[in-house]
Amino acid sequence: MSTYAKKKGFGATLWDFLTTVDHKKIAILYLITGGLFFVVGGLEAMFIRIQLAVPNNDFVSAGLYNEIITMHGTTMIFLAAMPLVFALMNAVMPLQIGARDVAFPFLNSLGFWLFFFGGTFLNLSWFMGGAPDAGWTSYASLALQSEGHGIDFYVLGLQISGLGTLIGGINFLVTIINMRTPGMTYMRMPLFTWSTFVVSALILFAFPPLTVGLTLMMFDRMFGANFFVTAAGGNTIIWEHLFWIFGHPEVYILILPAFGVFSELFATFSRKRLFGYSSMVFATVLIGFLGFMVWAHHMFTVGLGPIANAIFAVATMAIAVPTGIKIFNWIFTMWGGKVRFTTPMLYAVAFIPSFTMGGVTGIMNAAAPADYQYHDSYFVVAHFHYVIVGGVVLGLLAGITFYWPKMFGTMLNETLGKITFWFFLIGFHLTFFIQHFLGLLGMPRRVFTYQKDLGWETSNMISTVGAFLMAVGVLVMVYNIIITSIKNEKVGNDPWGDGRTLEWAISSPPPFYNFKQLPLVRGLDPYWIEKMEGKTEMTPAEPLGDIHMPNGSFLPVTISFGLFVAAFGALFHMDDKAWSIPVIIIGLLITFGSMLIRSVKDDHGFHIHKEDLMDNTDKGGKS
Amino acid sequence: MHAEEKFTDATWPASPEKATLEGKNKYLGFWLFLGGETVLFASLFATYLALKDKVPDDNMALAKDLFELPLTFIATMLLLTSSLTSVYAMYHMKNRDFKKMQSWLLVTVLLGAAFLGLEVYEFNHYVHEFGHTFTSSAFGSSFYTLVGFHGGHVAFGLMWIISLMVRNAKRGLNLYNAPKFYLASLYWHFIDVVWVFIFTVVYLMGMVG
Amino acid sequence: MKKRLQNWRLISLFAIMTLFLAGCGNAQLSALNPAGEVAKTQYDLMVLSTLIMVLVIIVVVILFVIVLFRFRHKKGDDSIPKQVEGSHKLEIIWTTIPILLLIILAVPTVMSTFDLADTKAMDVKDKDGKTKDALVVNVRANLYWWEFEYPDLGIVTSQELVVPTDQKVYFNLKSSDVKHSFWVPSVGGKMDTNVDGTNQFYLEFDNEKSNEAENLFHGKCAELCGPSHALMDFKVKTKTKDEFTAWVKDMQGVKEAVPAKGDVAKQGEEIFAESCIGCHAVTPNDSRPEAARLAPNLSNFGDRDKIAGVLDHTDEELGNWLEDPEKYKPGNKMTGTYGELDEEQISALTEYLMNLKVESK
Repeated sequence: MSTYAKKKGFGATLWDFLTTVDHKKIAILYLITGGLFFVVGGLEAMFIRIQLAVPNNDFVSAGLYNEIITMHGTTMIFLAAMPLVFALMNAVMPLQIGARDVAFPFLNSLGFWLFFFGGTFLNLSWFMGGAPDAGWTSYASLALQSEGHGIDFYVLGLQISGLGTLIGGINFLVTIINMRTPGMTYMRMPLFTWSTFVVSALILFAFPPLTVGLTLMMFDRMFGANFFVTAAGGNTIIWEHLFWIFGHPEVYILILPAFGVFSELFATFSRKRLFGYSSMVFATVLIGFLGFMVWAHHMFTVGLGPIANAIFAVATMAIAVPTGIKIFNWIFTMWGGKVRFTTPMLYAVAFIPSFTMGGVTGIMNAAAPADYQYHDSYFVVAHFHYVIVGGVVLGLLAGITFYWPKMFGTMLNETLGKITFWFFLIGFHLTFFIQHFLGLLGMPRRVFTYQKDLGWETSNMISTVGAFLMAVGVLVMVYNIIITSIKNEKVGNDPWGDGRTLEWAISSPPPFYNFKQLPLVRGLDPYWIEKMEGKTEMTPAEPLGDIHMPNGSFLPVTISFGLFVAAFGALFHMDDKAWSIPVIIIGLLITFGSMLIRSVKDDHGFHIHKEDLMDNTDKGGKS
Repeated sequence: MHAEEKFTDATWPASPEKATLEGKNKYLGFWLFLGGETVLFASLFATYLALKDKVPDDNMALAKDLFELPLTFIATMLLLTSSLTSVYAMYHMKNRDFKKMQSWLLVTVLLGAAFLGLEVYEFNHYVHEFGHTFTSSAFGSSFYTLVGFHGGHVAFGLMWIISLMVRNAKRGLNLYNAPKFYLASLYWHFIDVVWVFIFTVVYLMGMVG
Repeated sequence: MKKRLQNWRLISLFAIMTLFLAGCGNAQLSALNPAGEVAKTQYDLMVLSTLIMVLVIIVVVILFVIVLFRFRHKKGDDSIPKQVEGSHKLEIIWTTIPILLLIILAVPTVMSTFDLADTKAMDVKDKDGKTKDALVVNVRANLYWWEFEYPDLGIVTSQELVVPTDQKVYFNLKSSDVKHSFWVPSVGGKMDTNVDGTNQFYLEFDNEKSNEAENLFHGKCAELCGPSHALMDFKVKTKTKDEFTAWVKDMQGVKEAVPAKGDVAKQGEEIFAESCIGCHAVTPNDSRPEAARLAPNLSNFGDRDKIAGVLDHTDEELGNWLEDPEKYKPGNKMTGTYGELDEEQISALTEYLMNLKVESK
């Protein structure tokens, strides 16, 4: 009676995804939504490059261009990179520590839906009078003067999706602290889990300042407050501090999971354990810690004075040390190994020189007086794209390709994957390498056009050509996903053949209750240890018993939807619309009402009985 | 231990809030949440300190003109006492004495409500006597935001405790709701600690100029 | 041997890069063509950091290339490599060497951070409250135009900063609407013009380098400030000390607007007096408060190099600009502040404005 593996119609599947609290399904939701936003952000990037391909271009107008760059940055950071990172964390981390699910399945779902409605709200701005246009940093003096509702969409949309992220961070922390399978000590955790752990801590401490900053801006724009209004005693530099106290750790929130993925990849595809595991852990924690000490290096030209600039310059340089440790450890993981160049490994290998480039220009930026030249020029644009594309995006593409079989039970086509890789990599370097020089030749960032004869034409054209190559790569990837999904050739537990960690000891995709019996971990790379002893699966740490599972719930959707509604009310409150306050109230009622229902309605979950579990095995269905 | 298990006084665990995995998770998760809240309030404090007494016009009231010790001192005492009464409530929860727990929670709620009442009176006073409003100056915005955020937390805490009391009035304690009560009380302590900082940084330091 | 060949290729690649770095770019605009002490300090720091970083990259790339070729998996090889835990010796090496490299970079960084922030000379005032030995310029950034005020000389001008070479010029920087950033790439890094408070820094313009750049440098706004952020350019004209003194004399000599010559210009002057004077001053000694100075001072408009920062300085472009400023600088504050002008009025205004010349050469 395999009631758990019934074929379902579309409606039932949709309802299932709307109410699911299963970390693996939530991972898929994050992946799909993040993927869509990645395409949207990518289109915006293409518009930017088309506009800048030739001087004095009029492909888009000046105002529209500012909306596009703002939405490109905001979308890529908050609505593409973050959810894709969360997709991987959700899909992999609980399996890597042998947990049944995350600590708070309901909150996991709530986190996703908050992100979903926040992101949707932000993007609705395109159809409702214009997108935000003050840059993704939305510096206060410009943001307060911005007409229309663009900035309000930014403030409210990010506020809602930011809440979701914060909830996700707490959830992962508790999961890792409380729900590791027997034998999985901290120093046996895979590096990806470690980076999830550190990243979650960063989220916990970095997002509240953003929340405050966004709240202050919301109060200023919608409710007449004066935080950033200099005429009334306000100060716009407060926004810059709050934004960057969040913004700098955010960079690490994005890059550390990529580091985690690469650590897994280098070990797996070199058939060697990670070189210097404990120093890798130490470096990850140190990077996370230092990430909070350096925010003002984004503000060297603000005029904070030489003392602050000098301190933050030196603190920033310090981050190079743990990052360097990581780079060398990865290289020495491959050293002496048997390196197999699968698609994910290609990304990992290409990551090393690409990210090193981004890292060293980061150190160049840290030299404050030199940064007076780099700051807000194309040099900085090149630098952070080297870090984010050369680090985060390569990491995500690698991670998604690597874990695709674990998430969907089928492999992406390797040949197409390699085509994507080469187009993307070459396109990426072509686009961004030359931009370092554009910056040094005096081209400021965020310019919608430039005059002829300044010596910038050729470089900009090259950059645009590169962007098209990247776009081709992404298109091939989309095609790859479609055809492999149609073919849907099922694979076994360990499709890459050299899996080392727990997630490869379970079927692809795993059953909804994950490990039937919690596995016993006997060291770092637990699955590898068992394999080396000739076993094919993990030794259970407990006898087969009933499994307690949480119930699905629709409430996360309604809680998030309520905030979505209230946000519209707040947005139009500026226009003195009579209906704005009632809409805020209705929205908040939906949210708090749903929370109240959640609070007073007992939800004890359900049990999968031992007999059913045995039943499944007997039928040989590794569902 | 299991959330739906039935207990006698003898089998009731010493830390009912952490006796189940769900409870343990909630307990830890809530502490972490409070860590995030701390950063949130730290940011608000920093903003307040940066904008303290920043007014567009010299005739406007400053911190030293506004704040009076008696009122805020009473408010502080109310909230401190309510924190203490919530400790009593938790003490009785650990002894599985549901009635006493409910009564102490009720006292907590009443004290909290009195605090909120004073705060409303205080804000009203500033607005009408001094023209010190949310929109009158950056100082006003930052003051009402910091203290108001705290007030909002108090209001939310009250709602939370009341709904827990009402919801569980008829069925007593078990391992499913014990963590909920515990977290509500933890939240209440946190609010109290934040207030101590507000009292010091905003009011006491404000009065000396 | 093959490997060594590859390394050589890499090194020569970097050599070419360095060459590219050293002698490139527009002399009026490029940060790689430092034309003054500040830019030179920054450039030296760039070179130092680049060299250190290139060293790091070379090491990484060499190791990387070796790995890629030596440790490939061979078909049919199913052996399990030795599972190495790590190496304390190696780890200590790649922790200490980067620290040493960073110290080499950190020391000059900190020193020049303090050097470049040294504006003490601005505080030394004589008994009239004027700065004693330093030339001070107040820079005020506005939505898409720049005002340059010489407080000790009683001169207000805009869009084109005129400075003497071979001496430090000190700046007070602020903004009157949204945040901008003041940047003359070939002469020195940028400093933000904030809406709250004034920033101070200095630049120095090297005489020789200025001559190479035909005594003209491009200035840019480097902080997103609205639709026309990209068009918020200004120019810096450098003069020798004597030329600068002469220029100051000329400017100070203009007590009243330069009178219009000829009928067409006279007509233009009338239109100007009717529609433009409310915002645009035509005397350099504009004593109105900043808040009243709503638009660029035009007293030496005829001497300038560009119109509105970006258009060529020709009658035709000036006509275009006057006809529809929005088309050339979206979001500017001039659009719609004066009525429709017909062709005749435009050419009259053009004639008048183009003859607003102060320099006596």
